[in-house]
Amino acid sequence: MILEVTNLRVSFRSERGLVRVLDGVSFTVDEGEVLGIVGESGSGKTMTVLAVMGLITDPNAVIEGSIKFRGRELVGMKPREMRQLRGKDIAMIFQDPMTALTPVYTIGWQIAEQILTHQKVSKAQAWQRAIDLLAEVGIPKPEEAVHRYPHQLSGGMRQRAVIAMALTCNPALLVADEPTTALDVTVQAQILDLLRKLQATHGSAIIFITHDLGVMAELADRIMVMYAGRVVERATRDALFADPKHPYTLALLNSIPPLEGERPHRLQTIAGAPPSLMNLPKGCAFGPRCSRKFAACEDRPTLTSPPHETACFLIGAK
Amino acid sequence: MTALYEITNLSKRFTVGSRFSRQGKRVVQAVDGVSLSIQPGETLGLVGESGCGKSTLGRCLSRLYEISDGKLVFDGTDISTLSTAQMRPLRRKMQMVFQDPYASLNPRRRVFDLIAEPLRIHLSLPDAEVKSRVAGLLEQVGLLPDHAQRYPHEFSGGQRQRIGIARAIALEPKLVILDEPVSALDVSVQAQIVNLLADLQERLKLTYVFVAHDLSVVRQVSTRIAVMYLGSIVEIGDADSIFDRPSHPYTQALISAVPKPVNSEGRKRIILTGDVPSPINPPSGCRFHPRCPVAQDKCRVDRPTLTVANGRTAACHFPII
Repeated sequence: MILEVTNLRVSFRSERGLVRVLDGVSFTVDEGEVLGIVGESGSGKTMTVLAVMGLITDPNAVIEGSIKFRGRELVGMKPREMRQLRGKDIAMIFQDPMTALTPVYTIGWQIAEQILTHQKVSKAQAWQRAIDLLAEVGIPKPEEAVHRYPHQLSGGMRQRAVIAMALTCNPALLVADEPTTALDVTVQAQILDLLRKLQATHGSAIIFITHDLGVMAELADRIMVMYAGRVVERATRDALFADPKHPYTLALLNSIPPLEGERPHRLQTIAGAPPSLMNLPKGCAFGPRCSRKFAACEDRPTLTSPPHETACFLIGAK
Repeated sequence: MTALYEITNLSKRFTVGSRFSRQGKRVVQAVDGVSLSIQPGETLGLVGESGCGKSTLGRCLSRLYEISDGKLVFDGTDISTLSTAQMRPLRRKMQMVFQDPYASLNPRRRVFDLIAEPLRIHLSLPDAEVKSRVAGLLEQVGLLPDHAQRYPHEFSGGQRQRIGIARAIALEPKLVILDEPVSALDVSVQAQIVNLLADLQERLKLTYVFVAHDLSVVRQVSTRIAVMYLGSIVEIGDADSIFDRPSHPYTQALISAVPKPVNSEGRKRIILTGDVPSPINPPSGCRFHPRCPVAQDKCRVDRPTLTVANGRTAACHFPII
């Protein structure tokens, strides 16, 4: 086990009181495993990984619970220590490669800087390693590409450069937050293919966030579904797609228009919109939108035990 | 059946850069000789990657952009060269819904005024009539009457898109051009809007041009689909045949690239290499040839035009079907 998150709660102090954006999230990531996190906007998927990365810097944030990386506690760790870990042992790929790269330095400079920060190598060696990394992520003519600025590259190439940067120190854990959302489908297919190859060669564990269940099916070993800051279902990919147990997961899968076969007259929908975190419903957060709500849902459901974990009272109620 | 909208050889060029920049002024051929005919009551899906010109085409069709070349005949009127003032009465029959419901609604006006504006401008109705029409429109798009007194920021993304749709259908147009109407929405909300659009189309006998990059959504809503690449249509046909048996290699690659939640057996993914080339300096011959898995010598020099073969319309020298 490389990462163990236990009862993670993140709240923000606001004018209207404490807003809890993550409420008791627990999960583990094994060595070399790809854990997918799916959910809609505001479900807390990005906040979860920002907490893992130690990137919640808002002074009004309150982080409780435990995040253990290879046994070391990350919650409350000094920024100095965290910096040594980040980029070296845990690396992150962001959604928008344009904002993840600084526009005023060349790609090569940015990759070499990271190598020099974490490893005792000469500048020339770092530069050479940057070229090798760009070649590895499939950027054509890497010895020329190192001299390019981010704006001179296309979206797909930029995302490759960001991936190259994340791989500099061969991290044990790679966090990818919607890495293909900003890309076209044909380029997305290239990047997913690349991530799969890199995962096989480097053996890093990956936490992969997306709202696209199709992308998830391509990459993840295990999938965790989040709703309103809570985990509602977690299972292996095959189990989740073959037998989704939580009404939210099921509804999410059904609301995607099919790419093959008969087109339905109307799509299945989930009524309403995700709840505001300021004003969460009592009991099950999905209750007000759920078609199978019953009396028990006034209480908050807890996750059932593995392997197929579901936070729903329908399980076992029958 | 006479076409609602007949588009012949439409082109749109943009000039980029200035004479002071290093490369000087350059011309982007964003839409390049597109001919289309839109039938009343259908939904024409326009798909393609970013930069393929699908949004520009949508905006040319609604005459938000001046067109560079070509002829547009909408509902029997040649509108290719009409001035803004001359276009105004026609706007009643042709409305647009935009991608970003956050940007397309004036944040300082109440929902009532946003929806009432087209009614006041075009119909000069008495206040009481406007009021009841707005209430009716809100109901049609699934909002409550008391929502009328609120401001756009009080609504979620899906609700804002409903407001945009209410405004677009207020004048009972014949044609609605939808530019990525569900791309900014979450999956669960996206399905609601897709269904709403289908309901409205049935009830009001609307014709849609649906611009989107999400292929599964386009398949769901479209009667016919036009696939665009670098400013031109490379394949056009009815939605089912485009998806089940694509004729152009680009269409095939595009569809195969979409990740599916359900594992389908025997599906081979075609991964295209490289990116979409720049429309400033498009490749010679067939514009898709540098990325095409089956390109031959002829494709490098000779640009294919849309031709009908075996009941399929594609711009390819070596179509799959």
